[in-house]
Amino acid sequence: MRLRALQVLVLGLVIAFWYVMTAPGLVPPFYFEKPNRAAFFFGEPQKVFWIIVDWFVSGEIFGHLGITLLETALGFLIGSVFGLVIGLWLALSPTASAVLDPYIKGLNSMPRVVLAPIFAVWFGLGIWSKVALGVTLVFFVVFFNVYQGVREVSPNLIASARMLGASPRQLLRSIYLPSAMSWVFASLHNAVGLAFVGAVVGEYLGSARGVGYLILQAEGTFDINTVFAGILVLTAFALALDAAVGAVERRLMTWQPRASETERV
Amino acid sequence: MDSGVPALVLEDITCRFAARDGGEAYTAVADTSLTVAAGEFVSVVGPTGCGKSTLLNIAAGLLAPSQGRVSVFGQPLVAASGVNRRAGYMFQADALMPWRTGIDNVIAGLEFRGVPRTEAVAQGEAWLRRVGLAGFGDRYPHQMSGGMRKRLALAQTLILSPDILLMDEPFSALDVQTRQLMENELLALWAEDKKSVLFITHDLEEAIALSDRVVVLSAGPATRPIGDFKVDLPRPRDVSEIRMTPGFLALHREIWAAMKEEVLKAYARQKAA
Repeated sequence: MRLRALQVLVLGLVIAFWYVMTAPGLVPPFYFEKPNRAAFFFGEPQKVFWIIVDWFVSGEIFGHLGITLLETALGFLIGSVFGLVIGLWLALSPTASAVLDPYIKGLNSMPRVVLAPIFAVWFGLGIWSKVALGVTLVFFVVFFNVYQGVREVSPNLIASARMLGASPRQLLRSIYLPSAMSWVFASLHNAVGLAFVGAVVGEYLGSARGVGYLILQAEGTFDINTVFAGILVLTAFALALDAAVGAVERRLMTWQPRASETERV
Repeated sequence: MDSGVPALVLEDITCRFAARDGGEAYTAVADTSLTVAAGEFVSVVGPTGCGKSTLLNIAAGLLAPSQGRVSVFGQPLVAASGVNRRAGYMFQADALMPWRTGIDNVIAGLEFRGVPRTEAVAQGEAWLRRVGLAGFGDRYPHQMSGGMRKRLALAQTLILSPDILLMDEPFSALDVQTRQLMENELLALWAEDKKSVLFITHDLEEAIALSDRVVVLSAGPATRPIGDFKVDLPRPRDVSEIRMTPGFLALHREIWAAMKEEVLKAYARQKAA
């Protein structure tokens, strides 16, 4: 409780500092030449607040948020499935993995955000170019986790399943897949965050809807307050997504020991 | 049971591992022959790192020997065409699936064989009771103690009622009390339907207390059997009490005399390395 109070206090101090430094005429200008310049460059918290309220009251934001969420979800799902399947395949097939290794490394080191304009050309300015960007970002996170995870499955576990009569297909289903899934979940927070980045960056580079589009529009008219409002909404949204992922993870990963409850008998 | 035919025969087994850097191959096991009769409990003891587990993996069909033959109830076992289907294997380290509850771990083998779930669960519950884990079926392995996990692994192996039981130092990670409990339980379960057991251990006392026969291996590399001792102590046995009997002590002295030199050799080699 005390912790929460302190956390709120930090937020309050930051906002207060922001207000004091930007409110025209409150503090004599010491860096900018004119009193309203600070507000022009950094926005004003109370105006940002009212823009957000207005968005939600008028319902204007929901369509944009919905689009951004849809792009995030699709990018995450498609990227994860691809990462899981290809990760499993390469981990179980040493030849394919050896052949493709330099390409995988190359694709991963490439700054994939530069693909966004190409995706816009390929997939148009609708949601699919954003989904594609999200997929390229999510894929590698999940892929590397699954690849590593499958290769680190304990040889004992595999031998044991074989002795219990598991066929190669059953081995895949009851040993490799579950153990890969635990690694997918380990990368889930990261993957969802990246899908979100893909969606917003994609929108920012060219779109007709979405929160990234709102920010882009506002920037075009030097409306710093709206830009900050968009950023804050995105941040809150990202936190909510992360919390949702955490809840899903806790439900699905009950078999994993948590630090406090190992070896409880 | 196929009477008269030995459950497991290893003939002139040699097992070499190629060195990773292309150097000289490492010979883990050399010219080893070993027979386990149907219903017999055989222990293999030897100093650490002498290739005991290699021998067991060969018997399981998990590893193909470089030379030699393995036959199971008279049938040749070829590792390339699959594992030894008549054997159950209990590993030294935990080999339970951490994402499955106790009951789902126990019935894994039945599931792989396509037994309907309700039937498998009924059998699984029965086995959990037999190993003293009734009511723990919904726990995950990480929520169990080391002893409970061993019981679970035992139930997982025995539920398929394998004719041969291969055990690789299964109790070495347990504390002494739990270990003796588990050994007694193993003997009780074994006495019920007399499976053939090949039990690997580095603990001579454990080997004598459990077995009908103790085979002593030489220190590695190129391990081979250097002694074969019949244990004619009366059954049923209690592993903690039998250790005090004169018969046990005499056997222990006799086998230890054969083993001692090999243990010292292995120790010297480890120290030199």
